[in-house]
Amino acid sequence: MYRLRYPKVSDQPPINVADYQEEVTMNKSVLFGAMTVAALAAGAAAAGTLDDVKARGKLNCGVTTGLAGFAAPDANGEWKGFDVAVCRAVAAAVLGDATAVEFVPTTGKTRFTALASGEIDMLARNTTWTLSRDVDLKFDFVGVNYYDGQGFMVPKELGVSSAKDLDGATVCIQTGTTTELNLADFFRANNISYEPVPIETNAEGTQQYLAGACDTYTTDASGLASTRATFENPGDHTLLPEIISKEPLGPLVRHGDNEWGDIVRWTLNALITAEELGVSSANVTEMTTSTTNPEIARLLGSEGTLGEMLGLDADWAKRAIETQGNYGEIFAKNIGEDTPIGLARGLNAQWTDGGLLYSPPFR
Amino acid sequence: MSDLHAHSVSFVRTETIPQSAPPMTASGPLRWGRENLFATPANGALTLVALFAIYLILSATVPWILNGVWNAGSLSECREILNGTKGACFAVLADRWDQLIFGYSYPADEYWRPTLAFILMLVAIAPVLFFDLPRKLLIVTALFPFVAFWLIWGGTIWTPIFALVGFVVGYFVYARFVTRSFAIGFFGGIAAALATWWVSGFIVPTLAPEEPFLSSVPSRDLGGYMLNMMLGVTCVSLSLPLGIALALGRQSSMPLIKYLCVIFIEFIRGVPLITLLFVASVMLSYFFPPERTVDLFIRVVIMITMFSSAYIAEVIRGGLAALPKGQFEAADSLGLDYAQAMRLIILPQALKISIPGIVNIAVGLFKDTTLVSVISMFDIIGMIRGPILASTDWAGLYWELFLFACAVFFVVCYGISQYSQWLERRLATDHR
Amino acid sequence: MSTTTDPQGGTFRLSMLLNDSRYRSLTLQAIAAIILALAIFQLYSNLAENLRIAGLNISYAFLGTPAGYDLNQTLIDYNSQSSNLRAAFVGILNTLLVAVLGCITATVFGVIAGVLRLSNNWLVRKLMAFYVEIFRNIPVLIWIIIIFTIMTAVMPGPKLYLGAEPERELIGGLFAFTNRGIYVPAPFFTSGFGGEEGSGLNWLLVIGVLVASFFAARFVTASANAKQAETGVRPNTMYLNLAIWFVPVAIVLFILGLSWDMPDPLANRFNLRGGLQIGAPLIALWFALSIYTGAFIAENVRAGIQAVSKGQTEAASALGLRPGRTMSLVVLPQALRVIIPPLISQYLNITKNSSLAIVVGYADITATLGGITLNQTGRAIECVLLLMAFYLIISLLISMGMNVYNNAMKLKER
Repeated sequence: MYRLRYPKVSDQPPINVADYQEEVTMNKSVLFGAMTVAALAAGAAAAGTLDDVKARGKLNCGVTTGLAGFAAPDANGEWKGFDVAVCRAVAAAVLGDATAVEFVPTTGKTRFTALASGEIDMLARNTTWTLSRDVDLKFDFVGVNYYDGQGFMVPKELGVSSAKDLDGATVCIQTGTTTELNLADFFRANNISYEPVPIETNAEGTQQYLAGACDTYTTDASGLASTRATFENPGDHTLLPEIISKEPLGPLVRHGDNEWGDIVRWTLNALITAEELGVSSANVTEMTTSTTNPEIARLLGSEGTLGEMLGLDADWAKRAIETQGNYGEIFAKNIGEDTPIGLARGLNAQWTDGGLLYSPPFR
Repeated sequence: MSDLHAHSVSFVRTETIPQSAPPMTASGPLRWGRENLFATPANGALTLVALFAIYLILSATVPWILNGVWNAGSLSECREILNGTKGACFAVLADRWDQLIFGYSYPADEYWRPTLAFILMLVAIAPVLFFDLPRKLLIVTALFPFVAFWLIWGGTIWTPIFALVGFVVGYFVYARFVTRSFAIGFFGGIAAALATWWVSGFIVPTLAPEEPFLSSVPSRDLGGYMLNMMLGVTCVSLSLPLGIALALGRQSSMPLIKYLCVIFIEFIRGVPLITLLFVASVMLSYFFPPERTVDLFIRVVIMITMFSSAYIAEVIRGGLAALPKGQFEAADSLGLDYAQAMRLIILPQALKISIPGIVNIAVGLFKDTTLVSVISMFDIIGMIRGPILASTDWAGLYWELFLFACAVFFVVCYGISQYSQWLERRLATDHR
Repeated sequence: MSTTTDPQGGTFRLSMLLNDSRYRSLTLQAIAAIILALAIFQLYSNLAENLRIAGLNISYAFLGTPAGYDLNQTLIDYNSQSSNLRAAFVGILNTLLVAVLGCITATVFGVIAGVLRLSNNWLVRKLMAFYVEIFRNIPVLIWIIIIFTIMTAVMPGPKLYLGAEPERELIGGLFAFTNRGIYVPAPFFTSGFGGEEGSGLNWLLVIGVLVASFFAARFVTASANAKQAETGVRPNTMYLNLAIWFVPVAIVLFILGLSWDMPDPLANRFNLRGGLQIGAPLIALWFALSIYTGAFIAENVRAGIQAVSKGQTEAASALGLRPGRTMSLVVLPQALRVIIPPLISQYLNITKNSSLAIVVGYADITATLGGITLNQTGRAIECVLLLMAFYLIISLLISMGMNVYNNAMKLKER
């Protein structure tokens, strides 16, 4: 009967989003039939996503349908995980409220349509950055929040020490990312054969693997580690040394809306830079006033106009760090060595520690 | 001669022997067993095979179920309690009960709302299913969609009220003009209802309170078995009028309308539901105007409704075809026009014949709502395959959860199919 | 019939468009056509606009590019460098394979269960009722998942059969049942067309010979019928028919050098090699679809048999027919008329439900074209349209077959 439309705020000066009211007004013009009230309209694809998000007062963020450690609702229905934290950080930066996120679960099939059609504003769903997705599907990957690679898990009793020994093996694959393609390339390059068993969900893949229906289970190494952690006897299984692909996983947005892309990109960078500069959720408030490091001052908005350039207020990065912690904290809380997932930093350490995380400067 | 005989046969009994029980093998359980289980050698063999099959099934499941653990926080705790013995871990059902029923994101404080809506549904559906109940109960049925909508989605109460007002106004306009011509009444009614809704689009926002009595829940937050129920009920009820229209359209003498209906029905019946759901999840958003997107729940409702309306149309067409031609001719000879004939004579009979078929379609559709789990909606199967099995607490469980899903579906579907059989007997007014 | 009730001639008034039955249907159709055209235009322009905004286009070029993924069961040659189109064809063939296999076994299950539901053995009757109810009232998706899981959990891994001293010998040295599939000896030709590699021509030849035998056997039967009609004595054709069926095929197979490829436990450390492998996903899907649909078919069969009036059975008995012949000559032919139409729509359901293959990882059309190809290329609209077109064509073909049958079997009345 009516639907929600949102006032345009694009021509207003940058406002303190923390005070931003959920200014949702009911619109009268559209008549859709009684049941359509439930069809809460989401934002537009054409108009600036930033304006839409602000007007809506909620960020629509696409995540997986459930991958422990990265994005899964807990027993209370609250989404938790590494990818989820990125969504929340963006919401905190843009809307001033880390809880103002609507998580939209997507499958490998639906994720791109959901983003392209404007159903979600950003996709943070362990999606590999590839050329064809960037160019042909018209998306912008704004950065990498996890450097992953495809690995293999085998039972120890099989006595396999290298993926190249897997000639003729039956391989369970969790479909959805670029897994199938990497696997085909790897076996073709090494001129060995295999039997693929593509499985939709991690739960079913695990069940098949544990029942011995496949010799090895392959998906991203992070996923394998988190899966192994849930086994009855994790010690009976081992991850093979080969990582057969590069899987830079990162958030992505629609191509063409560069303002919005910049915001997501620099929110991610802010989290990474914060760790590099030693800014954490515990000391961020104190740092804002007491810091003498000009880059920290610029990051936290006590100096310069970086926030304004992005179309946000000065405290944007501060809020993201305050609520979610810096990259290192997010990592440790969701997938780090003290969690059941138990992943080491590895490639995902700061460049200063020999990893690949290297955020452009805040200047 | 005769008296000689009488004297010589002195041992004739004069009183009857007391009745003795029939032999063991000709009565009681033994006879029943012989006749029903071991009538012939082949039959006996069959019985033994069946007994063995039953034994196999029971011996595998009963100890597992009886040894089940109901109190544990995670699978590893379960395994500790079981301590190596075989047993089910039903604790997951207790731990994730709310998620299985309501999904993971429906606000926990508001669970009473869908529960109340469910109870109201039982009341509302009763007069439709059982003709003997007082007809006044149909008022509840008519009001139910609006109440249920308000309960489940929340928000301002004025939305459903004005939706209802639209229907009422439409009905009055229809009742006023139908005597003149059905077409004027029908289309006039629709126009009046649309006009009311258009006007209410201006009024509702001004009436809407800041803090509605029932907080608003977006349809994305619906999940669990509740989602299956809602999809099933909504789509079946929406597809009924659509199915009737399609069935009539298919019988129409106007070629354009007839072929439109035929193409629609054959197209929908020709493709699997899952491809239609793919359409809902990956294609349909491209067909809505660019400045708005319609949420997944609505898109899925649209596609499932189209799906079931095509099947219902075919069932009703069967009902129409089964009516004797005399009924049509009698209606014509009374001078009734098309609308009157259909409304007063043909449809009431055709629908009555079609009810069992429609109920079958409804059961099938309700089962098919589980397919939405494939397109990332968290119905009961989606909850099991997604969040619950992906959680570190319960990953690795399988049977307990699917057994539960089987049980909830079986209860509902078996109940409906028993009802359908009862109805068939009830409606069988002819004599065989 | 004259049309005197319709006003003759007269001037045309605008209200006649609505009130005159000659024009009203035209008016309504015109309105419908306009609404339809508007709707199509609206949808199309929305689509075009949305695609323009997203910077996408509709293009089927991806069908020609290499698919890049491997499949586990292919009826035609396929590797990861084959095109997406070929992957789709593999999927189509796999869909058809599981649909045909499913239809056959579902019919068998259904007929057995349907007849047994009318058995006079109480236990069997109840057991079959239980089977029918439990499968009819639980979604097929759950059944497919459960059966696939049971299969992998209950059947042994192939390890048991592997190595020089396996824990378990191949059954009869020929078969192996594992949770990855069933291994059986595969026939091949040593001296046929295409040499050692083999070629489809060999099988075509064998099938051709069988078809020829079929027609020859029909001819023999027909001439025997003619002779019987003429002289009243039926010549014994059994041996002749047997010879027609088996001798030519045996000769052809011998010439082609038929031999058997046995599953080999020694060739590979992970899997049995050689022979024909029927993969676990296929078996699970096949079995799940058959047993699920079998429950529906059982109800159709039962209803069909019960629809034959009891008088028919009694009349047959009165004529002195034995119960077996009563069933085969009197009851079943009449019941079939009732059974076949719903049976065919069950076949249609099997074909459509086979699209649930994705949950067991069987490479059918939904899993290749509508699954991995869609995931990897992101061409959602194109893939879904092609997918629907395929299912639509199959369904229309099956319905056409059904209409032909219905027309042939229709009771000829008046």
